[in-house]
Amino acid sequence: MSLILVIITAALVDNVVLSQFYGLCPFLGVSKQVKTAAGMGAAIIFVVTVSSAICSILYDLVLVTFDLTYLKTIVFIIIIAALVQLVEMVLKKVSRPLYVALGVYLPLITTNCCVLGTVLTNVQKEADFITSVCTGLGASLGFTLSIVLMAGVREKLAHNNVTKSFQGMPVVLLSACLMAIAFYGFKSLV
Amino acid sequence: MTELNVIAILTATLVIALIGLIVGLLLGLAGKVFHVPTDGKITEVRECLPGNNCGGCGYAGCDALAEAIVKGEAKPSACPVGGAESARKISAVMGLPVEDFVRKVAFVKCSGSCDKTKFIYNYQGAVSCYQISLAPGRGAKACAYGCLGEGSCAKACPFDAIQVVNGRAIVSKEDCRACGKCVSVCPHNLIELIPYDASYVVRCFSQEKGKKVREMCDAGCIGCGICQKNCPTGAITLTNNIAHIDQSLCNGCGTCAEKCPAKVIVRQ
Repeated sequence: MSLILVIITAALVDNVVLSQFYGLCPFLGVSKQVKTAAGMGAAIIFVVTVSSAICSILYDLVLVTFDLTYLKTIVFIIIIAALVQLVEMVLKKVSRPLYVALGVYLPLITTNCCVLGTVLTNVQKEADFITSVCTGLGASLGFTLSIVLMAGVREKLAHNNVTKSFQGMPVVLLSACLMAIAFYGFKSLV
Repeated sequence: MTELNVIAILTATLVIALIGLIVGLLLGLAGKVFHVPTDGKITEVRECLPGNNCGGCGYAGCDALAEAIVKGEAKPSACPVGGAESARKISAVMGLPVEDFVRKVAFVKCSGSCDKTKFIYNYQGAVSCYQISLAPGRGAKACAYGCLGEGSCAKACPFDAIQVVNGRAIVSKEDCRACGKCVSVCPHNLIELIPYDASYVVRCFSQEKGKKVREMCDAGCIGCGICQKNCPTGAITLTNNIAHIDQSLCNGCGTCAEKCPAKVIVRQ
């Protein structure tokens, strides 16, 4: 039960994009179409969940044992970079169109702060393995949810007659802002 | 001074190295498993490109350009950095006839160094040309068209070919690879790509009338039109009080430079 609460907290209450403002780059960059946004979300779910798991194990078993906790950032980055590389290879093999559509944003997951942020927060909160994985899963689900919602909003926006000064990014940022306010409503959930 | 903890350093190095090694091995394995055979031509074309990933061709990087060339979306001469040589090699790989490649260089259309142009106020605190261009009068220089001298182009240049000397950006002709990065950052649109062997250039972009130009700058085009009248090939046109040389028509006779009263047409 508490694990479900952890997932809900990470996904809705502490949504990475809309309440912690992590990972805004892909959130704005690849949210033009629902399909690519969902692909990006899937890649993020994989990277964040698996890196949460591996990093949690590595931190507890290796870094703490050898008293090297000060090296956590660099170790986590290595893990994340490797996972992103793996996702890139798999995507290139499995779905070439998605690989092309995600373009530069795919390797940029490496430097996406929602990944490193989630992993580092896990360690900071001294969460155990299961909780870390659940937080990672929840956070990435939250990211996917918000990016897909955003893409839906943007697909609708494309058919609207937007005032000239708000065309392009401004109206997108305004929509993101309204979404963040809406997500604020989840604050009292847990 | 605290004593060096050699063991701690060694364990740290060892642990990180081991993690790196394991990760590398696993990735290498994954690379084998998920290997996607790429078109051999793309790799070959990619090898002919310089690999700066500057984006001067308009594609995301050298890899993207190589793919576009193989697909036939881009010309073999699309890379401005590699120039004639890469164009020739790529044409050979692709089995296309070699095209003429005109090497281009960036050129800053302004002669207004600090001692030639008047300043109307002392501007401080700028970090980019774009910010100065938003200041009253489009910058501290009296001329609203000239080089702002903050060197945004120099910062944008991936080849270190631009330097700001005495308040004016100067392109080193030999180092410039004509990627066009500087062209897009200059808020006054002062930079133009001209052929490497262009002989004469108008080093001013002021669109003010002659009298005002004289008041502001000792080295500005006054828009008199003498060059236009005297050019034997009709390469020079005067629009908005500024002379412009069409380099494809210019035969390099130098009459314009000789007759120019403001001495703003110079040998490149």
